[in-house]
Parts: sequence; C-alpha cells; structure tokens
Amino acid sequence: MKRELLKFGVFAILVLLAPLLFSGGYLMNVLVFVGINTMLAIGLNLLLGNAGQISLGHAGFFGMGAYISGILTATYAWNPWFAMPLAAVVVGLLAFLIGFPILKLKGHYLAMATLGLGIIVFIVFNETVDLTGGPSGLSGIPNLTMGSVTFDSDVKNYYLIWGFTLMIVLFAVNLANSRVGRALRAVHDSEVAAKVLGVNTSLLKVQIFTLSAVISSLAGSLYAHTMTFVAPASFGFNFSVELLTMVVIGGLGSVYGSFLGAALLTLLPEFLRAAHDYDIIIYGGLLMLMVMFMPGGLVRGVPDLFRKLFRRGKESGHA
Amino acid sequence: MLEISRITQIFGGVTALEDVSFAVKKGNITGVIGPNGAGKTTLFNIITGIYTQTSGTVFLEGKDISGLPPEKLARKGLVRTFQNIELFGQMTVRENVMVGMHTKSSCGMLSCALKTPWSVSEEHRIREGAVRWLEFAGITDLADVTSGNLPFGKGRLLEIARALAVEPTIMLMDEPAAGLNSQETLALGLLIKQIRDMGITVVLVEHDMELVMDICDRIVVLNLGRKLAEGTPREIQENTEVIAAYLGEDD
Amino acid sequence: MQFDQILQYSLSGLSTGAIYALIGVGFSIIFNATGIINFAQGEFVMLGGMFTLLFLETLKLPLWAAIPCAIVASTVAGLLFERLAIRPLRQATPINLVIITIGGSILIRGLAMLSWGKDTHAIPPFSGDDPIAIAGATILPQHLWILAITVIIVIVNRIYFYHTISGKAMRACAYNRRAAGLVGIDVHRMVLFSFIISSAMGSIAGIIVAPLTMTAYDVGIMLGLKGFCAAIIGGMSSGIATVIGGLLLGVLESLGAGLISSGYKDAIAFIILLLILFIRPQGLFGKAESERV
Repeated sequence: MKRELLKFGVFAILVLLAPLLFSGGYLMNVLVFVGINTMLAIGLNLLLGNAGQISLGHAGFFGMGAYISGILTATYAWNPWFAMPLAAVVVGLLAFLIGFPILKLKGHYLAMATLGLGIIVFIVFNETVDLTGGPSGLSGIPNLTMGSVTFDSDVKNYYLIWGFTLMIVLFAVNLANSRVGRALRAVHDSEVAAKVLGVNTSLLKVQIFTLSAVISSLAGSLYAHTMTFVAPASFGFNFSVELLTMVVIGGLGSVYGSFLGAALLTLLPEFLRAAHDYDIIIYGGLLMLMVMFMPGGLVRGVPDLFRKLFRRGKESGHA
Repeated sequence: MLEISRITQIFGGVTALEDVSFAVKKGNITGVIGPNGAGKTTLFNIITGIYTQTSGTVFLEGKDISGLPPEKLARKGLVRTFQNIELFGQMTVRENVMVGMHTKSSCGMLSCALKTPWSVSEEHRIREGAVRWLEFAGITDLADVTSGNLPFGKGRLLEIARALAVEPTIMLMDEPAAGLNSQETLALGLLIKQIRDMGITVVLVEHDMELVMDICDRIVVLNLGRKLAEGTPREIQENTEVIAAYLGEDD
Repeated sequence: MQFDQILQYSLSGLSTGAIYALIGVGFSIIFNATGIINFAQGEFVMLGGMFTLLFLETLKLPLWAAIPCAIVASTVAGLLFERLAIRPLRQATPINLVIITIGGSILIRGLAMLSWGKDTHAIPPFSGDDPIAIAGATILPQHLWILAITVIIVIVNRIYFYHTISGKAMRACAYNRRAAGLVGIDVHRMVLFSFIISSAMGSIAGIIVAPLTMTAYDVGIMLGLKGFCAAIIGGMSSGIATVIGGLLLGVLESLGAGLISSGYKDAIAFIILLLILFIRPQGLFGKAESERV
C-alpha cells in the first residue's frame, strides 16, 4: 500500500512540474489531450483490464458527456459546474440500464453489441441537427471558471485537466487494491468461482460498466469545456478503437499503463505529423504486435524485455 | 441440513438424473460415489445453482433453495470447490482467499475508491481473516505467490481455504482428491475431518474409495442417474448391487 | 404510402440484403470452424472491390478477367491474414482475438488507403444500366446479377458442406472441434480453409455490389458490421437462416430509409442487432441451447 502511495506521489509531482519543463503553448495543448485520454483509458481499463469485459462503444459515452455539457451550457446557458455532474448522472443511468442486457453477453458478442451501441450514439449525434448541430458540430461552449479564474489558456487547462486526471488515477489505484477490485479481477479469472464465493458477478459487471461510462462522460464534459467546440467525428468507432489500443498497449489492468498508452498514442501522431495518414496503419500494426508479442502491455513487457536482455548479456559475458 | 428431493435432470432428451432423493445430516461428511456418468457432477451443479433442474427440489435447513444462483447460496452458507480447481490465476494466493471474504464485507465501489476510514478498517479485517485461513490450510508461506503458478496439490488447498473464508455451514467438494498423490490425499482426509470438526457439513463427490470409506459418515451411491444405495461405509461395501455396478463398469 | 413505392424499396432492399447475406455467411463459416468473430471480415469485401478496380484500371484487364483475379487476390489476403495474425497467437482468449482481428482490419484498411487513396471509385456494371420495369417498380440489371450470384453461391456452399469430404470435415469441426481432431481431421487446415472460403465470399460480395454503391477504402466497416448483423439474425448459421437474415435486414433497412428517415438507415441494423442479442441471442430461427459450464 505504501508503495502505491509513493508511486502516486512521484507521478503527481512529475505531472505538476511538467509545465515548467515543457513550455510552449502547443505542447501544453497536446499534454491536455494526454490528460483527457488518460482518464478515458483508465475508465475503459477498469472494465477491460480488471473485469475482463470489452467495450467498443466508449467513444459514445465520451461523446454523450461532451454533448450534454456542451448543449446545456452553450444553448441553454447553464453553469458548466452543474452541467458536468448532470451529464455524468444521465450517462451513468443509461449505462446502468443498458448494462444489464449487454453484459449478459460474452466475448465476441459483447464486443459487437457495444460496437453497435457506439455507432447508434454516433448516428444520433449526426442526425439530431437541431440539438447537436449535426456533422458540422456545436460551438460556443464556455470555458470553465473558478472564482475569478477562467480556464482559457493552455497552462490553466493543463492544471484543470490534470487535476481531474490525478483524482481519477488515485481513484482507480484505490479501487484496484480493494474488496471490489479483487472481486472484479476474480470475475476476469473465473466467473463461476467468483459466483460460488458469493460475488454477484452480473451486478458487479454492470456497476463497473457504469463507473467506466461515468468517467468517460466526465472526460467528455472537460473536453467540451476546454475545446469550446465539439463535433461527432471525435466520437466515432475509430476513437473507441484508439482507446482500446491505448489500454492494450499500456497494459491491461494497469492504471499507470493506461497513462503510458494514452501518452504514447496522443504524442505519436504529433511527432509523426508528416506521416499523418499513416496513423491508422500504426494503430492497427501496434494492436496486432502487442497482442502477439507483448500481451501484458508496455508496463509488463518492457521490464521483461530488459530482464531478458540483461540476462543474455550476462550469459554471453561469461562465455 | 441439506435435503435433495426427487431431482430429475434432462438434457435435450438424455436423462442425466432421475428421481434422486437423499438427505445430508448436519455435521456429517457425506460421500456421493458412483461410476463415471452416474450424474454426480450434474447433481452438484444443481445443488450449487449452476444448473436448474428439470424437476425436484433442494432444501437447505428446511428452506427451498432450488433455482437460487450460486452467489445467493454462498450468502446462505453453501459453497463448493471444483474438480479442476478454479483459482483466480492472476491473483496472489492471499488475494484469492481475500475474495473468499467477499460476503463477510460490504464496502461499495465508491467507498473503496475514496478509501473511506470504514473501507480501510474493513480491508484490515479482510487481510487478517485471510491470514487465518491460509494458516489453517498450511499455505501461509505461499501467500504472495501468483496462484496460477501453484502446483496442483497446493492449488487444491488454496481452493479449500478460499471456500472456508466464506464461513460456510455446508461445503460441497467435487473430487477433492483428483490429481493428488497418496500423501497429499492422506493430508486432505485429515483436513476434511478438521473442517467437519469445525461444525461445517461436508458433501463430497469422490472416486478415491479408500478416502471415501475412511472419512465419510454416510455414502450415497448413484448409478446411471438413479440412486442405487445409501448407508454407512460398511453397509455400502457389503451391498451387492453396488459391487455389481462397479464391476460392470469396465466393459 | 404507395404499393409500388414499397415494392421499389423492397426490391432494392433485397439486393443489398443479398450482399449482407454473403458477408454474414462468411462470418458464420469462420465462427463455426474456429469460434472467432472475424472483425476484419468487412475488409475482404472492400478488397474485392478495390482489387477489381486495380486489375481493371491499372492493369487494363477486361471485366471478365479482372473479377476472378480480384477474388483470388482477396482470398490470398485472407489466407495470409490467418497465417500471420491468427495462427501465431499464443494466448487465444476471446478478447485477444477481438483485438487482433480489429488490429488486422485497421491495418488492411490503412494499407488500402495508402494504395488507392481516399477517393471513392466507380466500377462499371456487369451488363449495362438500363433499368428494367417490374410491376411499377424499376430495378437495374446489376440487382439481378447480385441476386443470381448470391443464389449460386448459396447452392455451391450447400453442396460443399454436405457433399464433399472437406465440407463435411468442416461441419464436424463446427459441432465439436476436439472430437473432430480426434477422428483425424486436421483442424488447423480447416481453420485456414474457413478463412479462405469466407474471404472469397466476402470479396465476391464486394465485387458485385461495387457497381451500385461505388467503392472506397473504408466501405468494409459498415458492410462487415451489417453482415455480422445478418449472421446474428440467422443464429450464426452458415446456411439458409443467415441468408434470410441478410435479406430481411436489407429490406427492413431499405423500407426504413425510404419511409421513415434516410439519416437513421444505418442505425436500423444496429438496433436490430442489439434487440436480437438481448432477446434472442440464438437467432431468430434457432432453438435455445442450454448453456454449458
């Protein structure tokens, strides 16, 4: 437990100091996205990594958070701080209700059903033009404010988003090492054994699905208020796959792995600007290579690799 | 304690169990034996809520528990172990046992994630409880090993410790001696007796006749989905029908 | 609401439905032989259209030669996919299989985008585009081609699965993979076969639909998903149930788009998909099977 706290402390300090090292608005802006994607990846990882339940529709929950916040504040002039929790409640309720039938499905079927759900949501974003502005998007979403501070610059947004991200990180770390986290991992390893020990697995799966959707919604609301503009294109099937890639690359079930995956997948396209169109090939290739050669993700795979290299080095040294 | 009343199970036209009834007395070790295909595991799956029977009733302490899912049965004090041990392979031995204490704790998702004082003290209690069951099963030294890496015999002990952590009143064991060597089987027999002496009723399906005859207070024999005989180990050993069923098996 | 309007929508729905049916049968064949839902199935549909274009425009082959070449090329792609992505997988859990086939599908799509760009391309119809009038509705010759080819493929499929040794072996795998292995069927070979057959069928679907809908690097996603929907309606059968599922989906979609709203056309398939998965996961025509633990 102490080690977990230490890890979190180091991580938090690095996050807080980062703006001093990387100045420049552009990079700060990218790091804001790393924060949002980290939240989303952690949310999905709770479901996929801990409970072993896949979702290919999380971009939908992310989008719903963004749109509900966006519409309430831009069209109806609500206070963002009220819109955000309301969005979370609505998305959570929806996830909870749909969770019961959807999480009865397993494996491939669950993947397809969540995918279908995500696409339906995406179509609704596009078609309810009066509400969402349709394919051309919704603009004029206000920035968040706190007292006299308006979060309108990259650095301010950085601290806003990462404040929330750190909270989610701590939240997820605590959860993983608790009664509920253990029960979730138990469901992953052997659902029937978990049931026999008294774990209400179907309820638990729905609960974690709901929590995961709420985290995505929160990330969506924050995204809407930092970007001040949302369009359906950000919430399509491709983004669900991107989230999945982050989680798999980082490491299933690992909170800091989710951060690594999110950071890598957010920064990579920025560094590969010239190769803009190649990014989907890179995602596809990375997904396949990771599953084949490093199924534990970077957090487990890289240390393993070093260990192997080191051992080999020693052996050849002896020879 | 546990009463099986006229259970029939039909799988797509095949009758796996037909009109099976017997009662298990509190504080006893009851063995369910029979040749392969007799329906023993099916019966276990029905009692523990994994299958729903075609007809018939299961009573636990006089209450009808037919059709209840396994997680509800666990809260009523009924647990089981599996023939091919079902461990949480990616979790440590200690964590496995801690999951066993799920019904004896109650912190919700939010409380756990926010680390409320209540959840912290509960976590302490779970940790201490786990230590106790690890000691009982004699696997304290393996507490931090990933359970997927355990040798089979130790895995069996872990599964038992984990089931005990539920603090059951009745425990069903599906072939607990399968895959164990003779020494491990001997130790298992002692452990099961110890479990009974704690006041836990034990029902087991087992092929190891030596073990069954040694530890069981009563034995129920199934053959081809029907109850063939019931009685003390001595009565069963002398029952001509039972002997015939077993001799007729290897054709 | 006019009768001829409904007829018109139904007729055009039937031909899209036939496409969904072919893709759906492809899904089912792989699923039955391997237990895998191949998320990359739609990409072979796309490859069929794109390869035809390649042989037609770049290599200047006539249509009758370009089509078989395109089918062969897509089938080779399916074979490679099984060999390079599916077979080497060591931990073949359902989640890993979902991820790897998704990865594969994105990779194939990306490569297609690099090779052929992002534009949509047209392929000429097989025999002109003079509309044919039927009882107040009109259809194109290509619609007839689609229906005819689908019928032929369904019949060939039936003959293969019921009257050839390798087809029977494949069915044995579908019933019980381990038992099939024990009686000497080379299960690995059957898995490979299933990928070959279904990528061939997918590419044929892609080729025959391309003259109607045009083709582009990203047409595979939607077509693939709808094919899956057809397979789900048909209870993952590799026979007539899935074909009916596809036709039903095509007609419903076409009627929905025409009579209710074209914007929600794609949503119809997914709502049906969810409803079936929630209410009758064994398919519309299948019998409920007891769950095995």
